[in-house]
Amino acid sequence: MSQAGPPERVRVTGPPRRRTPAARTTDIDAETRLGGMYMGSLLREQLRLAIGVLTVLALTVGLLPLLFHLVPRLSTVHILWLPLGWLLLGVAVYPWLLALGWAYVRRAERNEDDFAELVSDVEK
Amino acid sequence: MNPGLDAAPGIVAVTAVTIATLVIGTWGLRFSRTTSDFFVASRTVRPRLNASAIGGEYLSAASFLGVAGLVLTFGADMLWYPVGWTAGYLVLLVLVAAPLRRSGAYTLPDFAEARLGSRGVRSVCSVLVVAVGWLYLLPQFQGAGITLRSTVGAPTWLGPVIVGMVVLANVTSGGMRSITFVQAFQYWLKLTALLIPVMVLLAVWAGDSAPTAGGGTWSVPLASGGGQGLYVTYSLIIATFLGTMGLPHVVVRFYTNPDGRAARRTTLVVLALLGVFYLLPPVYGALGRIYAPELATAGRSDALVLELPRIMLDGPAGELLTGLVTAGAFAAFLSTSSGLSIAVAGVLSQDVTGRVWGGRRLGGVAAFRLGAVIAVTVPIIVALAAPNLGVARAVGLAFAMAASTFCPLLLLGIWWRRLTSVGAIAGLAAGGLGSGVAIAWTLAVSDPDGWADTLMGQPAAWTVPLALATMVVVSLLTAARIPAHTGRFLVRLHTPESVDLDRS
Repeated sequence: MSQAGPPERVRVTGPPRRRTPAARTTDIDAETRLGGMYMGSLLREQLRLAIGVLTVLALTVGLLPLLFHLVPRLSTVHILWLPLGWLLLGVAVYPWLLALGWAYVRRAERNEDDFAELVSDVEK
Repeated sequence: MNPGLDAAPGIVAVTAVTIATLVIGTWGLRFSRTTSDFFVASRTVRPRLNASAIGGEYLSAASFLGVAGLVLTFGADMLWYPVGWTAGYLVLLVLVAAPLRRSGAYTLPDFAEARLGSRGVRSVCSVLVVAVGWLYLLPQFQGAGITLRSTVGAPTWLGPVIVGMVVLANVTSGGMRSITFVQAFQYWLKLTALLIPVMVLLAVWAGDSAPTAGGGTWSVPLASGGGQGLYVTYSLIIATFLGTMGLPHVVVRFYTNPDGRAARRTTLVVLALLGVFYLLPPVYGALGRIYAPELATAGRSDALVLELPRIMLDGPAGELLTGLVTAGAFAAFLSTSSGLSIAVAGVLSQDVTGRVWGGRRLGGVAAFRLGAVIAVTVPIIVALAAPNLGVARAVGLAFAMAASTFCPLLLLGIWWRRLTSVGAIAGLAAGGLGSGVAIAWTLAVSDPDGWADTLMGQPAAWTVPLALATMVVVSLLTAARIPAHTGRFLVRLHTPESVDLDRS
């Protein structure tokens, strides 16, 4: 290296004009205000979804006792040969619960996918 | 006890289920190597297998025997029990399932400690897990006694002892991994054991030109007694809808899922499996109303499922079906008591037997085994000494206690940033004491009458709001003590595992 020769070429650069955006997960990890906003929006979405499903449950299954209390005549109603109360509580309620659960899982996973897309590396 | 009873089908059935349980448990043992296998089956159980295991564990004596008996005695308002036990999983799914799995904790006390960073909350939770677990184990053991008495004519103490021994053998040898296989098998066994007999019995009923018993209040899905009846029904709904998420053996199962999404899908499959199963017990209740109303008046309605095949069918067909339902009932005791024993043993081994005693400390697996012995022995002794409460009612009280303690803790812990350890302890104490006093009151009063007894007999409608309100108010008063890591912990609970985040 002691011999004289052409000096090594040096590339002179300035600070990058365009920053490559970092993944927004770092905002969440660092608990910045921006990260807090991302988290808050996910939490609100999921909670709103959960409360929605539970409200539907309360307004359907949950109202049955009150309905039978206020309209006693309902218990004499038969559909085919099955009393209405038996049909609703013994049979119909189970597919209904499953349908509610299925709708919830679909929406909850979509919320998470949206969130993952939002916070993952924007360059991708 | 019937002196002319043919004991053969019952004995064969009980022996077969016991041997199958031990064999599958031993087979699962080959996969059980580490402490993680022991506690959470190394968190690798797939949704379908896991859902069968949850179904197998959850469908207890109360579901298999109790529901039919209650429907026979009281009518359609008792359908709220199976409906609530299923809907509880929907509530658990939407509010708790995925975050609970993502919390990375193994038991409820672990969750409480990780969320609130307090040993005090942990101790209170441990005491409550053991209380709820034992309250739930008690009717399982008593049910086993009833089953062996009415099918084989054995003395009542034999059932609890057999169930206790088999559970101990399985739990102490293989832990969670082997129990997963056992319980998945037992769900399908229980379903078959109700499904085949019910089809035959319905055919017999149709052959008798489909007689019906008088309806009257029996077909009203509401407890009798006007306003009190309405209160009882709604309180039962609150206890079962919200209590499921707080049952220690249900919660432990969620940690065996690989991730939060799997936890959700598992719960969805559980909803389907329970829905199919619960179509069946009410049919037994309805048939019993026509063919065996004397069981209700004799106070032996819990034995309805076991005795109905013999009542409706003579000869070998009746005996065969009796054997089948006995096998199913026994599977119900074994699986539920195994799950509960694991949950209670897990807590005992972490907080009692795993501690340093006299300068010595047991290793993980040894502490777990000792915990299991304690978890099983205590309720057996109580089951032999205490009077029989009625299987489904005792389980109902366990649900009420779980709903008024762990449900508020989980809800606020997962969804509310401002929960503090002081608030949590105050709420747990309020709910635990309220439901505990109510249970003691109910046990002491033999002839319930009036509003006070009604409120005590079905306490969830006032104990759950009491616990929730206490937790919120005390937390707000001690706002300075919100744990510093709350934000980070909530990130972990709610973000999907696919997002690359610091989950420390």
